[in-house]
Amino acid sequence: MSPPEKRKFTRRRFLKNSGYVVGGVLGGGILTEVISKQFRTNAPADEETNEKLTHALTYFTKKEDFNVLAQVTELIFPEDESGPGAIALGVPFYIDKQLSSAWGYNARDYMQGPFYKGEPTQGYQTSMLRHEIFSAGIEKIKEYSEATFNRPFLELEEEEQISVLKAFENDEVEMKGVMSSQFFALLRGATLEGVYADPLYGGNEQMNGWKMKKYPGNKMSYLEVIDSEEFYDEPPSSLHAHMEDSSNER
Amino acid sequence: MAQELEKVDVVTVGVGWTGGIIAAECAKEGLSVVGLERGKGRSIEDYFMIHDELRYAVRYELMQDVSKETITFRNHPKQRALPMRQMGSFLLGEGLGGAGIHWNGQTHRFLPYDFEIKTKTIEKYGEDKLKNGIFLQDWGITYDELEPYFDRFEKTCGISGEENPYGGKRSNPYPTPPMKETPITKRARTAAENLGLKPFMTPSGNLSERYENPDGQVINACQYCAFCERFGCEYGAKSDPTITVIPTAQETGNFELRTHANVVEILHNDGMATGVRYIDVQSGEEYIQPANVVVLTSYVLNNTKLLLVSKLGTPYNRENGTGHVGKNYCYQVNASATGFFENEQFNTFMGAGALGTCIDDYNGDNFDHSDVDFLHGGVGTVGHTGIRPILSNPVPPGTPLWGKEFKEKSLYYFTRHLGIGFQGASLPHVNNYLDLDPTYKDAYGVPLLRMTYNFTDQDRKLHSFLSEKATEFVKEMGADIVTEGEELGDYDIVPYQTTHNTGGTPMGDDPALSTVNNFLQMWESENTFVVGASNFAHNSGYNPTGTVGALAYRAAEGIIRYSREGGMLV
Repeated sequence: MSPPEKRKFTRRRFLKNSGYVVGGVLGGGILTEVISKQFRTNAPADEETNEKLTHALTYFTKKEDFNVLAQVTELIFPEDESGPGAIALGVPFYIDKQLSSAWGYNARDYMQGPFYKGEPTQGYQTSMLRHEIFSAGIEKIKEYSEATFNRPFLELEEEEQISVLKAFENDEVEMKGVMSSQFFALLRGATLEGVYADPLYGGNEQMNGWKMKKYPGNKMSYLEVIDSEEFYDEPPSSLHAHMEDSSNER
Repeated sequence: MAQELEKVDVVTVGVGWTGGIIAAECAKEGLSVVGLERGKGRSIEDYFMIHDELRYAVRYELMQDVSKETITFRNHPKQRALPMRQMGSFLLGEGLGGAGIHWNGQTHRFLPYDFEIKTKTIEKYGEDKLKNGIFLQDWGITYDELEPYFDRFEKTCGISGEENPYGGKRSNPYPTPPMKETPITKRARTAAENLGLKPFMTPSGNLSERYENPDGQVINACQYCAFCERFGCEYGAKSDPTITVIPTAQETGNFELRTHANVVEILHNDGMATGVRYIDVQSGEEYIQPANVVVLTSYVLNNTKLLLVSKLGTPYNRENGTGHVGKNYCYQVNASATGFFENEQFNTFMGAGALGTCIDDYNGDNFDHSDVDFLHGGVGTVGHTGIRPILSNPVPPGTPLWGKEFKEKSLYYFTRHLGIGFQGASLPHVNNYLDLDPTYKDAYGVPLLRMTYNFTDQDRKLHSFLSEKATEFVKEMGADIVTEGEELGDYDIVPYQTTHNTGGTPMGDDPALSTVNNFLQMWESENTFVVGASNFAHNSGYNPTGTVGALAYRAAEGIIRYSREGGMLV
């Protein structure tokens, strides 16, 4: 470790001193400058290679199922003139990773029986895990398309695909263990997560979800601008910015 | 076989705000205190990656792991209660500091009306105002009696605020000046003034300036970074137990903190508590911690559950109306309106958990209730708390919730909407209560707590009144499109509403109707104290923490006195 006087301004020291800095002699202006400088030196990770290497599957086993999932997320959050849709944002890969994670396996949910159907006001009451609901739901989308249009889901016109999703949303499809609207709600929720969660999770490619929404992401301080009448239209930053700061190397 | 440990003066079950306050005050007086916390320890250094909406706000990293323990829920006594398998309606905290870590910091005082609600209501409106199963109780303490403790808690936290024009008499101004005014809070202030209301800045536990509290603990100045509710503060700028009362307790040398210690039973003999039995959740080993005084300082639900499973205190019996443990369970009635702006953009993503403009004109008995068929009201707040993109996708009424139009509008209005939210008070009802579930158990084999709860006629009327006021307010703020309140349906445990659960161990001056006296000492067990929002006889129209903190300081005084003199304190 370098002698204290030679250490650069680290986040840890910032945390330790912020009370003094903010309330004391220096004032907030300098503080903000130090923070933004820190972020400027933390350029995003390699944009090309990172994307390609992480784009493989941890959960889905059939390519077709993953493609159905991808198309469905794109219908929920489509590409348009404002910017990329779910596919270009990496949402299908985000969901694939989530389904093999603690969340996909309901690790922090109460999953002891007995299971009864219950009233809607009593919430999630199925013994199925989230990943099972996704798999069953995608299977059902394929079946429903064949039964209704005599064609695979991926070959349907967009309007037809939308009508399939609406049928799920409106509980017009019979599913085992869950209502089709519950599957749809999970799907919609996970899609929005993939669009807007920090890019560290594999979606929100290049923070484009945030850019479209004018959301600046992870900023350490708005102290100097919170009372400003101006709209704050700055490029976003993500949590990756913290990793290159030496405070975590103790 | 449980291993029996050395006896201490005081043991607290849970180490959040209430456990921390009890520990600090008792340890300062030389009492030996052990704090048992079932979650893990944590400090500011754990918040390195805190600006993560998915991990903390959506996946609830700081909250209770409900795979181990949850509650069961039903809307009415004839329904089968089923487990709350995922959290939704409210978010239970866990770990050192408890919910005091992830709170927003809005620190109101309940009104003088609240503490004497029954007397004052009947005095002014007559007995007929109470009907359809709603009942009221005075709290056994007045606002003026509790004022010094409010003052003490605000000083511990360094609350930043300006006086509520409708509030009770204060002995001191807030310890630090209010938070900064922003374009959003100013717009709300102007709208309120135009409507003839009396706006004031939310009393805030996110501090406007660096502050040293009377115990010598320092709280830093808020950076307005917008990660408060559901997050810990990496700056130490939000008052929480781990930067205030817990280090104060530790510095005395009289306090021992044990994490991963889940209390499953209060041990007692002839009405006297002898200690607690707990499980080390990592090793699975059982311990008995004997103590002269046992203090329940966990959340509302667990305080009640521990008394019920330990068979201490008379449980509420809905059939014949006797008993009190599990009674007076209350929640809140949220009414709100959102306004959409076509031509103005706001920095909605900045802010602080307790940054906002409040109006109290429709709360408590601050307005005349002679011509309305409900009681009480709620504080209205236009918050500038900082919204985040996964959970905040407001679109004008009638917009689809997915697809092209949803995308376009949710992107556009993210920074072009403002709203007001009212926290409607909740009054106890004979059919709203907590008891033990006959079927489901937690990871340690202890029955789950069962919640029977639904909104009442009183709630629906109050909700409709506050919704109208909300819509009117947002129109006055200049919105182009304003939502209208929808009718309040059955209470639904799925969507997030508020973590302002109260009651279950009500306080009061009648041992037949209350679990604890005004020192929060159990009527039926003089060396057991129960502290928290579980003591509320009803829930007011505010965030509860200010009143919880005040009650904890009151209880600490009682415990110290009891340790010296013994006997019933009231």
